[in-house]
Amino acid sequence: MTSIILLSVFGIINLFLGFLRSNKILLPAAMVILAIVFGANLYDWNAAPESYFSNMLTIDRYSVAFTGIVVLTTLLLIPFSQKYVRDGQENLAEYYSLLLFSLVGAIMMVSYDNLLMLFVGIEILSVSMYVLAGTDKRNVRSNEAALKYFLMGSFATGILLFGIALVYGATGTFQLTQINAGIVNPANATLQPMLYIGMLLMFIGISFKVSAAPFHYWTPDVYEGTPTFFTAFMSTVVKTAGFAAFFKLLMAAFFAAKGFWIPTIMAITVLTLLIGNVGAVAQNSVKRMLAYSSISHAGYLFIALVAVNGKLSVNALFFYSLAYSVATIAAFAVLKLVSDQRQREDYAGFNGLAKTNPLLAFVMTVAMLSLAGIPLTGGFFGKFFTFGAAIDRGYIGLIVFAVLMSMVSIYYYLRPIIAMYMQPAEDDNAEPIVVGAFQSVVLVVLAVFTLVLGILPGLFSEVFK
Amino acid sequence: MLTVFLLLFPVAAALLLHFAKGNAARVMALGAALVEFVVAVYAAVVSQVTAQTQFEVNVPWIASAGINFHVGMDGLSLVLVLLTTFLVPLIILASFRHDYPNASAFYALILFMQTGLIGVFVSLDAFLFYFFWEVALIPIYFLAGVWGSERRIAVTFKFFLYTIIGSLFMLAAFVYLYFQTGINGAVRSSDIIAFYNLTLSSDQQAWVFWLIFIAFAVKMPVFPFHTWQPDTYTESPAPATMLLSGIMLKMGIYGTLRWLLPVVPKGVSHWGPLVMVLCIIGIIYGAIIAIRQRDVKRLIAYSSLSHVGLMAAGVFSLTMMGLQGTVIQMLAHGVNVVGMFFIADIIQRRTGTRDISELGGLTKHTPVLSVTFLVLLLSTVALPLTAGFVGEFLLLGGVYQYNHWMGAVAGVTIILGAVYLLRMFQRVMLGPDTQFTATIKDLTGAELAVLVPLILMVFWIGLFPGTFMRISEPAIMQIMTIVNR
Repeated sequence: MTSIILLSVFGIINLFLGFLRSNKILLPAAMVILAIVFGANLYDWNAAPESYFSNMLTIDRYSVAFTGIVVLTTLLLIPFSQKYVRDGQENLAEYYSLLLFSLVGAIMMVSYDNLLMLFVGIEILSVSMYVLAGTDKRNVRSNEAALKYFLMGSFATGILLFGIALVYGATGTFQLTQINAGIVNPANATLQPMLYIGMLLMFIGISFKVSAAPFHYWTPDVYEGTPTFFTAFMSTVVKTAGFAAFFKLLMAAFFAAKGFWIPTIMAITVLTLLIGNVGAVAQNSVKRMLAYSSISHAGYLFIALVAVNGKLSVNALFFYSLAYSVATIAAFAVLKLVSDQRQREDYAGFNGLAKTNPLLAFVMTVAMLSLAGIPLTGGFFGKFFTFGAAIDRGYIGLIVFAVLMSMVSIYYYLRPIIAMYMQPAEDDNAEPIVVGAFQSVVLVVLAVFTLVLGILPGLFSEVFK
Repeated sequence: MLTVFLLLFPVAAALLLHFAKGNAARVMALGAALVEFVVAVYAAVVSQVTAQTQFEVNVPWIASAGINFHVGMDGLSLVLVLLTTFLVPLIILASFRHDYPNASAFYALILFMQTGLIGVFVSLDAFLFYFFWEVALIPIYFLAGVWGSERRIAVTFKFFLYTIIGSLFMLAAFVYLYFQTGINGAVRSSDIIAFYNLTLSSDQQAWVFWLIFIAFAVKMPVFPFHTWQPDTYTESPAPATMLLSGIMLKMGIYGTLRWLLPVVPKGVSHWGPLVMVLCIIGIIYGAIIAIRQRDVKRLIAYSSLSHVGLMAAGVFSLTMMGLQGTVIQMLAHGVNVVGMFFIADIIQRRTGTRDISELGGLTKHTPVLSVTFLVLLLSTVALPLTAGFVGEFLLLGGVYQYNHWMGAVAGVTIILGAVYLLRMFQRVMLGPDTQFTATIKDLTGAELAVLVPLILMVFWIGLFPGTFMRISEPAIMQIMTIVNR
């Protein structure tokens, strides 16, 4: 709870910092704020679970763990907004405030106990993102992205709300545990069709937010148009919070109806894996490839949900989210640095990067290997744990399919590596990319963290005992 | 602890190389590789001749999942660690004559690769084994892909995809077996002993066999999983080719011995005959294509394909003779093929061509090169007193015990080998000069420093194979016991 309060207060303070003449203070201030929030959040780890707002929100180890991921992700991402500081971007204070506010939404999504709180959380997060998608005001693409995201997102929100209403109608409550009890209650048996339709509509709404197929159509366009800095936020924090919320919903509220939703989610999983991976193969822009890659990773995260395997599932979800977030930030950070200077986002823009910027090339390589799930990186153990949880439940066919899809993914994750190390630089790429010292440090931290996750997975694989 | 040192020291050295530039980097790399070799020899000297695992370290890796960092060496591991640590310094020394751009990264990758290779040979936990299996792949991909010749990008891409897809099947099998260890309420474990103690039905073993075997078959490679091999060997820079052929393909054979035969013995006996046929086809196929090659490096690549087929056949003959032959032949082949590729590289560097039809008459100008080439070549052809003879003799004996006809067909490999290798020697070394060879110079001291140890090893293995057979024998016996129980 301290983290929600701190973030809200700091968000407002940050807005006022915008009145200062120099915006140099903003970035360090935002980082300090996030570090404090991260610490305060960790402090809650050993506290007993506590409920707030008449049991609409519970801070327990589950919420602390996932809050930790989203705050850490933001903390590691924010140094890459340095270009805004350098360019004297006048709205910078608003950007940071929106990021902090959207984190409040994300935290509510991972700690809700009541469907209304889930809805409010999703909306806080989404509305901030609609604005941030359009921050590059003079760029048509950015405007398109914001409008597309907003229109389609509003529809999805409407559908989600409709679903919540129907679930309420079928069970008479918004409270997660009581919904579960309501499903079991024989008195509600005649309302089952309503419940199922309500659940389906809710799944559609949340699947949209985490960009799962077939509700993914907005993803590549919005990711491409949104300024890279915010795309990175979108594909990590929104996804982590979305899946944590989805997991909690399925386990706490709809557990009794799992015979209904397991096949449904399974279908979404298969479709997401297929569309994400096959779609990524065809891309020529690294940013669009990362957009499809984020769709495909939604598919792998779904596997942890489908497995319904208690401790194994939740630990796998945590580890995967962490490994995915760290690697994705690293990839987007490098992409941002490269595309800011070279003004291009295709694979050829990376040509010869290993010669001009060995550090960037190394970090990108680690990120790509991690996303592809190759050992020595965290991504491997992420897949290992999620697949393990599903195999334990006997979903051999699903895992065979997922493994085939990760074979496909190796193809497109290798392409940046080939461009960086094996292709000669083109004439206009010969200049080294300018990277600040602090950014270099953060990049090294990201790469080392990914490797630590891959070499000593035991540190993070047992978070939930 | 010795094992952990062998594993970590090359990585530590590789990280330090980052701070060295140019010549200092390669000297440091050579020094590190030599230290590693000395430690490995020390381990071999102090080790006892038993089937017990020695220098064992077993600490939790992912504690609650029953996955441990379990490493140790028995005789079989020790022999391969010796081979690796013996060849890596020579490979580093062999690359001294090239001025590779970004040398510190180049040598760091070689040392990093060494950790992966040794890790594969000492792992006693299935997931740790898989981990090192992939760790060995990443550096060689970069070595071949960054420093290779023109067609390197497409070729190494194919190589990477082939091997990683193969190994994903192995991972799937390991995960399946891992869950099988917990099936009766026991604690799940991926330890090698737990895998050996599994009681799987014949049907289960039959399909698990293929999942694991494909990974090893791609790495060796066994026909028809070999299509990546000739191109990759040809396009890679010489040190990478030596690593691939001299050490990396032994990963596949070692894996078969350690993780396939004892884990799914029924699967092996069920599919063994089919694999034997594939191996025999590979032997003949590789040899026949080698005869038609004009490129020296490609010819050696196909010759290696042919020889590895025989080694795999020796493993699947499931006879003591065949398995011991495989161990000796792994050493002999490692020494021979590294030497051969080194000489191919020397010739290419001096003359600018590897085309057999453009070469000729080298002997007159380079008598020392010619003699060393002939020794290595005759060892590859399996002339008595050389390393190749002992290995091939035992292997053919093993295959013959398995099936007389197969033994006879596999025996043709020696004749075919003599055909293509001696023909190459004749075209390249004898005959009239060509425009490329008229001004060639003989070996330098640094090159001799690489070739002399190799030649000494050729004769050591040829004359006293007992040195190495004694080390590996108890381990091989134990594998045979588990297979036959």
